[in-house]
Amino acid sequence: MTTLDLQLPHPRRDYLAAGNTIKSWLLTVDHKRIAILYLISVTIFFFIGGAAAGVLRWELLTPAGDFTTSETYNRTFTIHGVVMVFFFLIPAIPGILGNFLIPIMIGAKDMAFPKINLASWYIYMVGGILSLASMLIGGVDTGWTFYTPYSTSYSSSAVVLMGTGILITGFSSIFTGLNFIVTIHTMRCPGMTWFRLPLFIWSHYATALIMILGTPVLAITIAMVAVDRVFGIGFFDPDKGGDPLLFQHLFWFYSHPAVYIMILPAMGVISELVACFSRKPVFGYAAVAVSSLAIAVLGFLVWGHHMFVSGQSPYAGLVFSILSFLVAVPSAIKVFNWTFTLYKGRISYATPMLYVFGFLGLFTIGGLTGLFLAALAVDIHVTDTYFIVAHFHYIMVGGSVMAYMGGLHFWWPKITGRMYNERWAMLSAILMFIGFNLTFFPQFVVGYLGMPRRYHEYAQEFQVLNVLSTAGATVLGAAYIFPLTYLLYSLFKGPRAGNNPWRATGLEWQTTSPPPTFNFDKTPVVTEPPYAYDVEDDEEFDVIHPQGGQTV
Amino acid sequence: MSSSSLSSTSAPKVPGDPGSADPGQAVHAHANPALAHHFDDLQQQHEAHTLGMWAFLATEIMFFGGLLVAFVVSTTMYPVAFDIAARQLDWQVGTMNTTVLLCSSLSMALAVHFARVANRKMTMLMLLLTVFLGTAFLGVKAYEYSTKWNHHLVPGASYNFEPWQHHPDEAETRLMTRAGVLTANGELNASALPAFQTRTQLFYGYYFTLTGLHAVHMIIGAGVILWLVFRVSKGQCLGDGSNFVEMTGLYWHFVDIVWIYLFPLLYLMDRSS
Amino acid sequence: MTNFPLFPESASTVAGQIDAVYFALIALSVFFSVLIATILIVFAVKYHHGKQVKRERAGHSSAKLEVFLIGMPTIIGLSIFFWSASVYFHAVRPPADTLDIYVVGKQWMWKIKHPGGQSEINSLHVPLGQPVKLIMTSQDVIHSFYVPAFRVKQDVLPGRFTTLWFEATKTGEFHLFCAEYCGLDHSRMTGWVTVMPPAEYEAWLARGGQDVAPAGGAAKASASTPLSQTGSGAFAQLGCNACHVPTSALRAPRLEGLFGKDVKLRDGSVVKADENYLRESILDPNAKIVAGYPTPTLMPTYQGQINAEQLIELVAYIKSLKGEEEDDAGH
Repeated sequence: MTTLDLQLPHPRRDYLAAGNTIKSWLLTVDHKRIAILYLISVTIFFFIGGAAAGVLRWELLTPAGDFTTSETYNRTFTIHGVVMVFFFLIPAIPGILGNFLIPIMIGAKDMAFPKINLASWYIYMVGGILSLASMLIGGVDTGWTFYTPYSTSYSSSAVVLMGTGILITGFSSIFTGLNFIVTIHTMRCPGMTWFRLPLFIWSHYATALIMILGTPVLAITIAMVAVDRVFGIGFFDPDKGGDPLLFQHLFWFYSHPAVYIMILPAMGVISELVACFSRKPVFGYAAVAVSSLAIAVLGFLVWGHHMFVSGQSPYAGLVFSILSFLVAVPSAIKVFNWTFTLYKGRISYATPMLYVFGFLGLFTIGGLTGLFLAALAVDIHVTDTYFIVAHFHYIMVGGSVMAYMGGLHFWWPKITGRMYNERWAMLSAILMFIGFNLTFFPQFVVGYLGMPRRYHEYAQEFQVLNVLSTAGATVLGAAYIFPLTYLLYSLFKGPRAGNNPWRATGLEWQTTSPPPTFNFDKTPVVTEPPYAYDVEDDEEFDVIHPQGGQTV
Repeated sequence: MSSSSLSSTSAPKVPGDPGSADPGQAVHAHANPALAHHFDDLQQQHEAHTLGMWAFLATEIMFFGGLLVAFVVSTTMYPVAFDIAARQLDWQVGTMNTTVLLCSSLSMALAVHFARVANRKMTMLMLLLTVFLGTAFLGVKAYEYSTKWNHHLVPGASYNFEPWQHHPDEAETRLMTRAGVLTANGELNASALPAFQTRTQLFYGYYFTLTGLHAVHMIIGAGVILWLVFRVSKGQCLGDGSNFVEMTGLYWHFVDIVWIYLFPLLYLMDRSS
Repeated sequence: MTNFPLFPESASTVAGQIDAVYFALIALSVFFSVLIATILIVFAVKYHHGKQVKRERAGHSSAKLEVFLIGMPTIIGLSIFFWSASVYFHAVRPPADTLDIYVVGKQWMWKIKHPGGQSEINSLHVPLGQPVKLIMTSQDVIHSFYVPAFRVKQDVLPGRFTTLWFEATKTGEFHLFCAEYCGLDHSRMTGWVTVMPPAEYEAWLARGGQDVAPAGGAAKASASTPLSQTGSGAFAQLGCNACHVPTSALRAPRLEGLFGKDVKLRDGSVVKADENYLRESILDPNAKIVAGYPTPTLMPTYQGQINAEQLIELVAYIKSLKGEEEDDAGH
């Protein structure tokens, strides 16, 4: 492959060079610059949520509630949950990688609605600031689940402000999803048929469906909680004729699919990475693509598995249980297909691939422990314990965050034009894997022992496992600070990455690094299926022996 | 080895895939002020706008849908109390308002038609008529709200529902006895009063939330239409650029349809027979 | 720190069954995790980019394989579903002859009422080998009654009764936790379940629910009036006995032997007279009118007039009214 820039008569201007003023960033409608805005803000929220997690783990080092008061502890786990779910996990991969890559991957100049795209970042920021403000003006201690009647009739009135923040952020998610759907439908370049789309696009399409169909239900539910609090109507308060289980149904109708908003984009990232670092097409492309849609559809039918002990009818429990077993099938299909992709491949262990290995291991454990929770009998015992906490962290952190880090490292040279230090990156990836397992594996054990979640103080016999978990969290915390450091460093001192350091297929690697404002000089034309890798091509990547300078 | 090429030759156009097949046409299209920079041609832009609006309306359906599901659940829990409460709504005023709103949908549809054929005057007239009818609807709604306020039917500290004080008709009396708030002899049963108050208040909670959210949507719609009037007055948003009028029309019709569901559910439904 | 268990004690009849499903799932998880990990490692090493191995004809998809990948997890999942669902139904459906104990949750304590009138806070004494049913409600927010050693958990809601049952198989003291977040001192809403041999339990009841015999034994005994008897007092005090007794001139549904029976309603439907039905009929008598009685009912509503504990006493009293109608039929 040759570098196409060489044929150009004059040096092209990339999107980063389009302006350095604050105004040029805050009023940009370029999807790539908006992705950078998301990258900065999502990172800030990640470290706020992470700091909260640090406080929680530190408190749980000893059984007694000696580091914080229970009031502070309850507020801290609420910040941790709200920030990590609504302001980190949901916007992270779609907001950063999705925004940056979707138009380029399908050969478009921009999203279908660039201004709405910018608006959704502003909406996200306003929602985030309001939610953090609610913590300052009084504090919310409901947990991110806002169960009624505690949230409507007991906790402090700051619930209304935080609810408003989350409602507003919901619209950011809706607008992002809307943009994805319309862009993928109408902006594909000539030759980019549906079954030539990268799997990253398929998974974001499925994500976007959930965003536009699920998020409004959360919005109205939160609005009802706020109206309930302000006017004392009691939609969800049995003292006033309301029904607290109605809240749980409405809340989980969104919040279970929201789990798939967090994991589906991660699955898309893994598909891209596994193909590139095996030099092979993803095995069973069609099955992997369709399973994303199957997850999106089935994901809407299993919300009741959060309510097996809530007092809902045991027969309803049966239906939700069987559907929950079925929703595991498409995920299993994906894991097996990714694994088979390695067969007869030409595998290299660059940093992004290390994250793929981490993801596959941890997501497998997370998915399998999901079966424990789908099984009615076991769920009675482990629901609302640390078993649940461990399970969803294996999916959310072991799955989503691993894939996010993998994707960030994979596309970093494309986004910034610079290469990071491979040694540090590998070290962080390995530390992250070790720290993660040390943090969360003991929580499965302590969960089955019976330690309930959201406990500020706990029984003596749970201590050893909690100490292990806190120790792991320390390693994990350090492992997250490394990338922040070496990635920032690479912006200034990193070697130039070249247009295609991984020699990957996909339209994003056909343009320059960083790409020009309108992504391509001429509308690309696609003539081949995706992942047309040559397994016999045994050239080494530039990044493994970084020489600096331009790739030729 | 690359899956694609940055070919300068004109590409075969894939069926169903809007793309810039003919470079000459693309240049021409870019000269059109109605075409945004990132679209290849007007057809693609129109498809994107239409799909975007429909996707947004799907979102809105889920938004109102969640609330309606909650309303239906509460309705089946307390059919009698909800019936008595609903009887305080004036179905005649509601019918009139429904007619007003349907007429506004007609004028909006005509506005879209005139914008397409680039008839500036008629487009403006129809848009203004739509805003006028929408405002009339909101005015009537405000009147209804004020009567509810005067009768202490707004949920909150001052809520106090005493239908037996207002010469109830036979059907109302029957419902009140079924709710247990009146005894068989027509006397007030004080012990049933607190539950009666909270349940009817729940109905009014739904009434104000549903109609309030609907009204907010109407105000937003009216605002957008007024802005359209301004644009059209300058000769924009007509002909090739009428997309925006058409999308606003879709939204306005959706808001209309929401009311078509709210009106019978709130004003007309007989839950307890 | 000396106490470092890795597996909870099993002290109820369902615990073993739930653990069996759990171990099966662990076996399954270990099998698949190890399988995936092994394949990953073998491929990653064997097909490392530097290795010279045959790579041709790898295949990019296989319809047969995909069908297998859909079928295999579906079959495994459904098998576990049926097994665990049958255990679940055993675990949530109480047997017929249970010892009924009442639980009221409030921020942040558990109030327990035994049928004999003995009450305790944040502790529950139960006899060994006897099915115990807890009838639970909350005075404020949602709580959840959780005894890990019994593998049972049930949310406790305001405005309704939820039930939970277990049969203890080991004597000793076991943790009681609130598992649903309920505010400030959620983590302190804990206690102990004490399982005693039946004879000791009887003795404990006789002491009025005290661990040691109280000083003035006789005086203390009056404190533990049976729940049904307290309820009988409330029944009279609230005027229920004006109608709901066989001798009353006013027509009202008979309560003797009512509990657990199917009740035919005015609209033709049939409901089971369980605790929630009794509760609803006391608080909102018009909600379900018994067939043959007028609507509206003459009975006043007691919503807001009695608290959760009085309600429990009334329900306990009504449950204690055993069927006399069979005697009537005999005469």
